[in-house]
Amino acid sequence: MLNVRDINVFYGDMQALRGISLEVKKGEVVSVIGSNGAGKSTLLRAISGILRARNGTISFNDRNITNAHSAGIVAAGISHVPEGRQVFPNMTVKENLEMGAQFPHMKKAATATIEEVYSFFPRLKERLGQNAGTLSGGEQQMLAMGRGLMSLPQLMMLDEPSLGLAPLLVSTIFEIIEKINQLGTSILLIEQNVFQSLKISHRGYVLENGTIALSGTGEALLENPHIRKTYLGL
Amino acid sequence: MGMDSTLAVQLLIQGVLLGGVYGLIAIGLSLIFGVMGIINFAHGQMMVMGMYISYWIFVLLGIDPYISLVAVAAAIFILGWLIQYTVVNRILDYPEAMQVLPLVSIGLILENAALMLWGPDHRSPQTALGLDSMWVGPIMVDTSRLIAFVLAIIITFLIFIFLKKSNLGKCIRAASDNRTGAVLVGIDVDRIYNMSFAIGAATTGAAGCLLVPLLPISPHIGHDFTLTAFIVVILGGMGNLLGALVGGVILGVAE
Repeated sequence: MLNVRDINVFYGDMQALRGISLEVKKGEVVSVIGSNGAGKSTLLRAISGILRARNGTISFNDRNITNAHSAGIVAAGISHVPEGRQVFPNMTVKENLEMGAQFPHMKKAATATIEEVYSFFPRLKERLGQNAGTLSGGEQQMLAMGRGLMSLPQLMMLDEPSLGLAPLLVSTIFEIIEKINQLGTSILLIEQNVFQSLKISHRGYVLENGTIALSGTGEALLENPHIRKTYLGL
Repeated sequence: MGMDSTLAVQLLIQGVLLGGVYGLIAIGLSLIFGVMGIINFAHGQMMVMGMYISYWIFVLLGIDPYISLVAVAAAIFILGWLIQYTVVNRILDYPEAMQVLPLVSIGLILENAALMLWGPDHRSPQTALGLDSMWVGPIMVDTSRLIAFVLAIIITFLIFIFLKKSNLGKCIRAASDNRTGAVLVGIDVDRIYNMSFAIGAATTGAAGCLLVPLLPISPHIGHDFTLTAFIVVILGGMGNLLGALVGGVILGVAE
């Protein structure tokens, strides 16, 4: 479904990604793990068109989307739930969700999708008239995910959804990611919580210094001695 | 009521009425700043363009400024859109100090264009209601000031409704709240910026129409109004639209 081939991404003169190739198949949960500054967020930004890939190709459902306009990528069915949530603080929870549905077929489905989002995150329904800026960090994360679902994505990319959340909430978020996946949305997940994310993943990639150092099934990676030592501290 | 207090109340009312129009000018500036973080240093000059268009429509076609307001707002909307499209969208990522010069230059170009086209003379058209006034008890109110105030409030109210309820208005608020978030949900942020600048410009153009019966037009009054709008926006809080209206009234009274 998503096919990334040999992309190089630069910030000015600094190369952030070196020849990255990666694949997400339909129905999969795929994790990308790695330390701070390894290039994980850069990878998602390149896929969603915020950053340009200098070379290499990104295709989605066999369509070349390399360096396409962000709006076109959303329309094609990829939604990006960014690091730091990036909700609209001075708009209500409901308005934030409505903003997630920018294209006609999404708008048509919006009322039903909002109900579905509320079923994943009942908390959002309680707060629908409240400004997003007044929500707690966990609630904002739920809102960012809910907004991402409003575009009816075939592939949802999540950047550090558990960052800064209380442990109990972290488990809830991972359960919901699994649920979203079971309902048919493929997931590309970036996490520092290596254990939890590999546990729910079909496959995973390890990103180190801008290149893919390792890849394999979630289980295999969890048992890999390098990962156990470097990322799990075992 | 004594003579002094009557005079005081009268001045107060005159100030409040004019302040409504100041508020409208400033709302455009505030909207542009709120969405893009750009201070439109050509704002007053854009308003003067609106005044001239309104003036010529009155002189040549006999249509009152209050009527031509919609057409003038549309013309300044297009002017604003073009300025955003050709210049402002290219300087958004520059440091603030470097954003000042292009906009000041646009102001100078507009001012000198007006000077070339229509000369330096002050022009005061004799509109139908221009010198009318009415008495409310012992207080005298200029009719054209009252109309200007009422229309300014109505336009302000319409802008609020537009931003609150319409889809485009919500997208403008979203882009202003969080640019990255807006890009990621698929909003065409460049288009939103064009629209915001154009709407801000149209607002000041409309305010210009309201001022045509109230004060003589000349090419050089533009930068005074840029300054006025800037002061009002500072008083009301940068990017705060309601604050701009309140700030306008405060400045109107203070003058």
